[in-house]
Amino acid sequence: MTAPEVFNLTEVRRDPAFGDRLTPAGRQLRACIQCGTCTASCPSASAMDITPRKMWRMVQLGLEDDVLRSKTMWLCSICYQCQARCPRGIPLTQTIAKLKQLAIERQIKQWRESTAFYLSFSNVMRRYGRMREVEFMAHYFLSTNPLGALGYAGMGLTLLRRGKLRPELPRLRGEGRLDRLFDRVAELEGKK
Amino acid sequence: MSYLFYPGCSMEASALEYKTSMLTVLQMMGAHVEELEDWTCCGASVASVMSDLLGLALPARNLALAQKAGNGAQMLVGCSACFTSFQHTNAAVADPATLGKVNQALEVENLSYSGKVQVRHLLDVLANDFGPEKIAAYMKRPLTGLKVAPYYGCQTVRPYSDFDDGQSPFSMVGIIKALGATVYHHLREAACCGTALLTTKSELGLQIVGEILDAATAADCIAVVCPMCHMNLDAYQDKVSRIHGKPIKIPVLFLPQLIGVAFGLSEKDLLFKRHVVPVEPALAKLAT
Repeated sequence: MTAPEVFNLTEVRRDPAFGDRLTPAGRQLRACIQCGTCTASCPSASAMDITPRKMWRMVQLGLEDDVLRSKTMWLCSICYQCQARCPRGIPLTQTIAKLKQLAIERQIKQWRESTAFYLSFSNVMRRYGRMREVEFMAHYFLSTNPLGALGYAGMGLTLLRRGKLRPELPRLRGEGRLDRLFDRVAELEGKK
Repeated sequence: MSYLFYPGCSMEASALEYKTSMLTVLQMMGAHVEELEDWTCCGASVASVMSDLLGLALPARNLALAQKAGNGAQMLVGCSACFTSFQHTNAAVADPATLGKVNQALEVENLSYSGKVQVRHLLDVLANDFGPEKIAAYMKRPLTGLKVAPYYGCQTVRPYSDFDDGQSPFSMVGIIKALGATVYHHLREAACCGTALLTTKSELGLQIVGEILDAATAADCIAVVCPMCHMNLDAYQDKVSRIHGKPIKIPVLFLPQLIGVAFGLSEKDLLFKRHVVPVEPALAKLAT
């Protein structure tokens, strides 16, 4: 067993209200009793640098920077198992979405690849109104790891042969189908 | 029974066979299904990461269209991620202030939403509006001898399902039995398929898919009700086999395809040729 990690809370910069800003109804995360049901229920926990239980404790303590730099949130597959089983009824999965929002806003460097997934999806959705899987994947791999696409080339060809992919020419100019709605939302949220 | 159908992006490309088989099966049983005009992406799990309001406005745009088109008709959804987006939105706009904000956003689309469109997952409709008995009545060719592993995935039953249990779902059991097949229960029926991890963190994604395939492998086929589940379980079996060092090859069928086989539908409606793992070995088990 590895030695427990010690946080010297008198020296670390922290924001005790951090957790209160994350959940839809304010202070819900304060109800966490550290039972570990979330970690035990998470299909990705084994690959995380910080397990869900520990991450929620760090959130409670206000260790904002450490939480946003961890890769935990990017390994969440949004299966809602932790949220469904949380004995304190905390909307954990929804709160993960909020953490991702913050990490994208702060442009945390080491997870550029993960944020690129969301940005690529969002851009394609905005432009055409509907997802174009081929353009989304091309966009994603080009902005992260073009060589990584090679690992998917074989499968891509198989899917293409089966008619599962529908390549379409990109349309890069002109107004996007959902530009107005995206702009309006940004305006209402004071981001524009 | 009448439904407004929201296909969602996957059903226009990767999961076309889900759409075709679903519409044919529902039509055969006398349902009136009309596709929602001018629908756009529900935002999936991405929109709410971009912004809280976007995560509500994108689904709400479609709900508002359904309200306008529908005379109170329910909206039918086959993708579990779309289902979750819509249910999440309906739950959030129960708060009048949130509904007000969503409607301020929808103004630019000349739409307005009341918060009252009921959204139904295909599995719910099949299991509860029709039910095993009615489905059995249309059967031409019982699936006797076929061992089917149900796979519900996560968002079909969590967190917004009002028709099934989030931990031990059961909606497929009656349907599979009604078709004359045997249910092969396993420990990963309500586990997550890994969704986008197969693209963004492939090692972990393949581990998750591998666990599901391993659990179900003694069955003749797996039945699913979500395009993402189908893609992940069907398309990555070669990669999983390489990692496990043993071949895994189990056909993955959309539930309405399975029903379609029992209804005597042809390849034109079932589109099995689009699958990565051939379906024939499973069909060969059926007594002719």
